Amino acid sequence: MSKTLYDKLWEKHEVCQREDGTSLLYIDRHLIHEVTSPQAFEGLKLAGRKPWRISANIATPDHNVPTTERAEGINGIKDEVAKLQVLTLDANCEENKIPQFDILDKRQGIVHVVGPEQGLTLPGMTIVCGDSHTSTHGALATLSMGIGTSEVEHVLATQCLKTTKLKNMRVTIDGELKEGVTPKDVTLAVIGKIGTAGGTGYAIEYAGSVIENMSIEGRMTVCNMSIEAGARVGLVAYDETTELYVKNKPYAPKDNLWLKATKQWRQLTSHKDAVFDQEVKIDGSSIAPQVTWGTSPEMVCDIDGLIPEASDESTQYALKYMNLKPGTKITDITLDQIFIGSCTNSRIEDLREAANILKGKKIADSIKRAIVVPGSGLVSQQAEEEGLDKIFIESGFEWRSPGCSMCLAMNPDQLGDGEHCASTSNRNFEGRQGYGGRTHLVSPSTAAAAAIEGCFVDVRSYK
Amino acid sequence: MKNSQIFHKGPAVPLDRDNIDTDQIIPKQFLKSIKKSGFGSNLFDTWRYKDEGFPGQDLTKRELNEDFVLNIDRFKGADILISKKNFGCGSSREHAVWSLIDYGFKVVIAESFADIFKNNCFNNGLLPISLEANEVSQLMSLAENGKEIEVDLENQIIFAEDTEIASFEIDPFQKKCILQGLDEIGLSLTHAEEIKAFEDNHRTKSPWIFNQVLIDDC
Repeated sequence: MSKTLYDKLWEKHEVCQREDGTSLLYIDRHLIHEVTSPQAFEGLKLAGRKPWRISANIATPDHNVPTTERAEGINGIKDEVAKLQVLTLDANCEENKIPQFDILDKRQGIVHVVGPEQGLTLPGMTIVCGDSHTSTHGALATLSMGIGTSEVEHVLATQCLKTTKLKNMRVTIDGELKEGVTPKDVTLAVIGKIGTAGGTGYAIEYAGSVIENMSIEGRMTVCNMSIEAGARVGLVAYDETTELYVKNKPYAPKDNLWLKATKQWRQLTSHKDAVFDQEVKIDGSSIAPQVTWGTSPEMVCDIDGLIPEASDESTQYALKYMNLKPGTKITDITLDQIFIGSCTNSRIEDLREAANILKGKKIADSIKRAIVVPGSGLVSQQAEEEGLDKIFIESGFEWRSPGCSMCLAMNPDQLGDGEHCASTSNRNFEGRQGYGGRTHLVSPSTAAAAAIEGCFVDVRSYK
Repeated sequence: MKNSQIFHKGPAVPLDRDNIDTDQIIPKQFLKSIKKSGFGSNLFDTWRYKDEGFPGQDLTKRELNEDFVLNIDRFKGADILISKKNFGCGSSREHAVWSLIDYGFKVVIAESFADIFKNNCFNNGLLPISLEANEVSQLMSLAENGKEIEVDLENQIIFAEDTEIASFEIDPFQKKCILQGLDEIGLSLTHAEEIKAFEDNHRTKSPWIFNQVLIDDC
C-alpha cells in the first residue's frame, strides 16, 4: 500500500494502538528549554518517576536569556523570576543527568536552531519539544511536533507521546521563485492561502520544485511556520540536500553507522502514488515578497498590495490594533523597530540574506532600534568569521547574543507601545513583541530593506 | 428530557472573537513562573486591564477595562467560556490552560480549537467542546441573557433551561480521562513492556538514534 512520508514515520514509531484509538508513539529526541519544562520535572519528581531514556533528551535555555551582557552568564539575567527559571533548568538537568548546552556554552541557542546544527536532529526521527515551533525539524524528514508541559512530563516518563494519527496534506509549490523572494515569503503565502486554521488536524508535507531547490535552512523556515497554519507537523522528503546538510554534523552518525543510516534515510519520501487527504498547489513564480498587516499570520498580502477593507469583525479588531486604514499601501507603513532573528529566520543564510541588502548602507534615522539576534552561538561565530557582524553594526544594527529575544519578548528586548516593527519572527499576535507593539512579519531581506528606508520596499527592485 | 448525568452546570461568558491565541490568554511575561498555579488573575491580562501587567503586581492598584466581557458584572463568576474559531492557536504554552482553570473555568465551548491547546485542556481536566457556528451563537445569546448552561458529558449533550441545545463529539479516551481523572502517565506505563520491546528492536535497526549525547566542555 502506498504511504506518505508521514505515514512511514508514524508506522516506524507506533509502539501500540490502544482500544480507545489513541497510540503510543516512541520519541527519539526530546528537546527541552526553560519555560515549558519546570512543571514537568516537578511532576515527575512528585510521582517518584525518572526519565525513561536520559540520552534522548537535550536542553538549552533560549526564551528567557538576555541578548546583552552574556559574558556574565546567569548573572546577566537581571530579572530574578527569569533567572530562577534558567537556574531551575540547570538544576533539573543536573539532577536527571540530562545533557545541556548551558547559557555560557558557545553551542547554546534557540532549541530549533541548535538541534539540526548539532546533528541531534536526524532524518527519520520523532522529535518533540514543549514549543509549537518544533515543526521546524520536519525539514530534515523527521516527524516533529510541539507539545504541552503535561506531554513533556509524559515523554520524560515513558519515552512516548500519547497521540492519534493526523491526516495528510501536501502543499506543492512548483515553478521558480522570483529573485528577492525567499522561503519566508513562501511560508507566509501558504498561510495566506490556507488560513491560520487550515492545517489543523493535518501533517503538511511540502513538495514541488521550489522546495526541492531550497536549502535545508530554507526548508526549516517553511516547516517552522506550519503551526501558524494550524498544523503541528510540517515535513519535507529526504534528498541529497538533506544528506549533505547532515553529514559531519557533530552528533551525526559516522563511518559504518553513517552508511547504515543513510541507506535507511533514503527511503524517507512519500510513495509516488501516495494519496493525501488534501492537496494544495501554489505557483512559486507568482509569490511576491509578503508582509503581514494584521494580528494573525493569515492577515498577509503582497508587498505591492493594499490594506484590505474591514469586511469582518476580525479585520476590524486587527486594523484598530495595528492603527492601519483600509486602502493604505503596504509600502506606506513606516517602522520604528527592526528585528532579525527567531527560530524562523536566525540561521546563517538568513543573516547573509539581510547583510547582503545592508552592505554599505545605513539604516534610516527614523528607525529607533534595529537588532539582529543570531540563532545560536555557532551561527554568531560563523557570521563573525564572514564579517557579517561588521556589516550589521556599520549599518546601524545592534549585534546581539543568541536567544529567542524579541520574537516573544520574554527578555528585555521588546517593542514600545504603538511601535511598528518589521520582524523576521513568526507571530504578529497582539502584544507578542511587547505591550501594544505592532508586528509585521517579513523575510530577512525585506526587514533589512525596511531598516534602510524606514518603510517597506519591494526587494525585487531594490538596489 | 435530560437525565441526571450532568458533568457541569454554570453561568457562561461569550468571548465573541475568532483566533484567540494563547498569547492573549496569558501574555509571555507570566510564563516565567515555575508553578502551575497563580495565573488566573492574569488571564487575558492585556484585555482585562488598562495597564501593562507584570508578575507580582498589586492587582488592587490596576484599573480594569470595564468594556472587556470578563469585567462585566453579569458575567463575573461565569465558569463556562464560549468563543469562536480556532480558539487557543499559537504557542503551545500550557500556562494558557492553567490560567483558565485558575480563573475558574471548567468548560470551553468554541467553533474549533487549535490542536495543541485542545490536548493541553484534556491533560488538565478542562473540557473543550467544539460545536457548529449556529449552536455557538445560540449559546452566546443564552449566556448574554444570563441562562446557565449544562454539560452532560456522559451523553455528550448540552442543555440550557432543560432543553437540548446541541450534541458534541469527544474522543472516548479523553472523555474517560476527564470523567475518571486518570493518571495518564501511569496508564501509559502499563505498556512499559511493549515500550521496552519496541525500543530494543528500534535500537537494533537504527542504533545511531541511541548514541549517547556527551557534552564536553568547550
